Amino acid sequence: MDEMLYIAMTGAKQTEIAQSINSNNLANLSTTGFRADLHAFSSLPIEGPGVDTRVNAVTESYGTDLSAGAMQSTGRAEDVAIQGEGYFAVQAADGTEAYTRRGDFRIEPGGLLVNGAGQLVIGDGGPVAVPPNSSLLIGNDGTVSVQPLGQGPETVSIVDRIKLVKPDEAQLAKGPDGLLRLPDGEEAVADATVRVQSGMLESSNVNVAKTLVNMIELARQYEMQVNVIKSAEENADSAAQMMRLG
Amino acid sequence: MTQALWIAKTGLDAQQTRMAVVSNNLANVNTTGFKQGRAMFEDLLYQNVRQPGGSTTQDATLPSGVTLGTGVRVVSTEKMFTQGSVVNTDRDLDVMINGRGFFEITRPDGTSGFTRDGSFQLDAQGQMVTSSGYALADGITIPADAQSVTIGVDGTVTVRLPGQATPSQVGTIQLSTFPNPGGLQPIGENLFVETASSGSASAGTAGESGFGSLQQGSLEGSNVNVVSELVSMIETQRAYEMNSKAISTTDQMMQYVNNNL
Repeated sequence: MDEMLYIAMTGAKQTEIAQSINSNNLANLSTTGFRADLHAFSSLPIEGPGVDTRVNAVTESYGTDLSAGAMQSTGRAEDVAIQGEGYFAVQAADGTEAYTRRGDFRIEPGGLLVNGAGQLVIGDGGPVAVPPNSSLLIGNDGTVSVQPLGQGPETVSIVDRIKLVKPDEAQLAKGPDGLLRLPDGEEAVADATVRVQSGMLESSNVNVAKTLVNMIELARQYEMQVNVIKSAEENADSAAQMMRLG
Repeated sequence: MTQALWIAKTGLDAQQTRMAVVSNNLANVNTTGFKQGRAMFEDLLYQNVRQPGGSTTQDATLPSGVTLGTGVRVVSTEKMFTQGSVVNTDRDLDVMINGRGFFEITRPDGTSGFTRDGSFQLDAQGQMVTSSGYALADGITIPADAQSVTIGVDGTVTVRLPGQATPSQVGTIQLSTFPNPGGLQPIGENLFVETASSGSASAGTAGESGFGSLQQGSLEGSNVNVVSELVSMIETQRAYEMNSKAISTTDQMMQYVNNNL
């Protein structure tokens, strides 16, 4: 009896976790370059004395949806979107190299190129530093060129090239800061075939219809688990009543 | 359970802020020298519920864990310094900056403010001031008997006085640029002030390399793109609705527990 109760409880609890993952995707509907988290359930049989009927449910986030988001035209020179496969390499807060599709860059007062979340953008050798300039251009292959402040257009020079990578997507996992990383601190090598487009931003890849349907499904699933808990309670009630008769 | 509720709440908060930014852009669609704002979002921290790679037995590890995102927040509302449209006014004291740069204005407390709004007027002393009455930092005074005022592309201000054949120069309007204009802090009255993030102002002559040139008789309109703002508004509204739907669904789940157990 109580086994049934506890198994249904784990089911309900795991559904709550999945619902949280789903809500997080919805909340990040407008986060530039956001990648939706996926969730799945797996069964965890409990071994021990008695009949093998107890199987608990466990939620697993089996990774991140890495499909492309919609392209939005902004016309701002520092906004860059990756066309097709590939990632920008950025320096996470802990100093490690991580990957993101977020390309809403800006220049820090110190002259370093950062993305909208304030992470340093990595170039050929460390963070990209941009000298004071009157115009900045990010080329198709991530080359950053500037026209230095106070000089004519004939002085346009290349300052660095943003590190664009194409790691094995199956290996990428999201860290606690929302950035993608390779396992064991491995760093991807720069890939010359990645193409970017300036003046564009990639929106979040959250599929709204899918997420809403998921939400309804999880809510109903939760109700079913609660119904099982209720049945367990009713069973216990009936049993108690029978004992009183006797 | 409450987790899902609070995550959806961060979504509502962020969309609300974005709506405020969009409304402010639309409200300033006719403000001279106004620069469009943009709300940028960032996902919040992720919590590890089950650590990926954790050991399930001595020689087996979890292939994937559960990392739970905790929502979204607005990380910045930056200004987009693209050129606004040209509005021809043919008025002597209307000046437009064509390209990079700001007019430096002396605020009442003596500090500098920066603006792209070049609709200048004269005060009782004949000083060139903004619509709010703050004087240009270059301190240009137009004599009361001046017949005409000419402002050159390089900012030279000349006036023609009665009885004189050659115009006389009364001053020069200089422009200021910043390493990161997006970091300037808007303070209202079409003014921006310098911050640690914008870097410090460097003054220079209009028309020189790196600085825009001046155009008399024109004003720079707002750079708000009405169509894209309206699309943003629709997107924001729908995203807001979806997040509130997530809250009501979570609420129903809890209600179901309360009613049935």
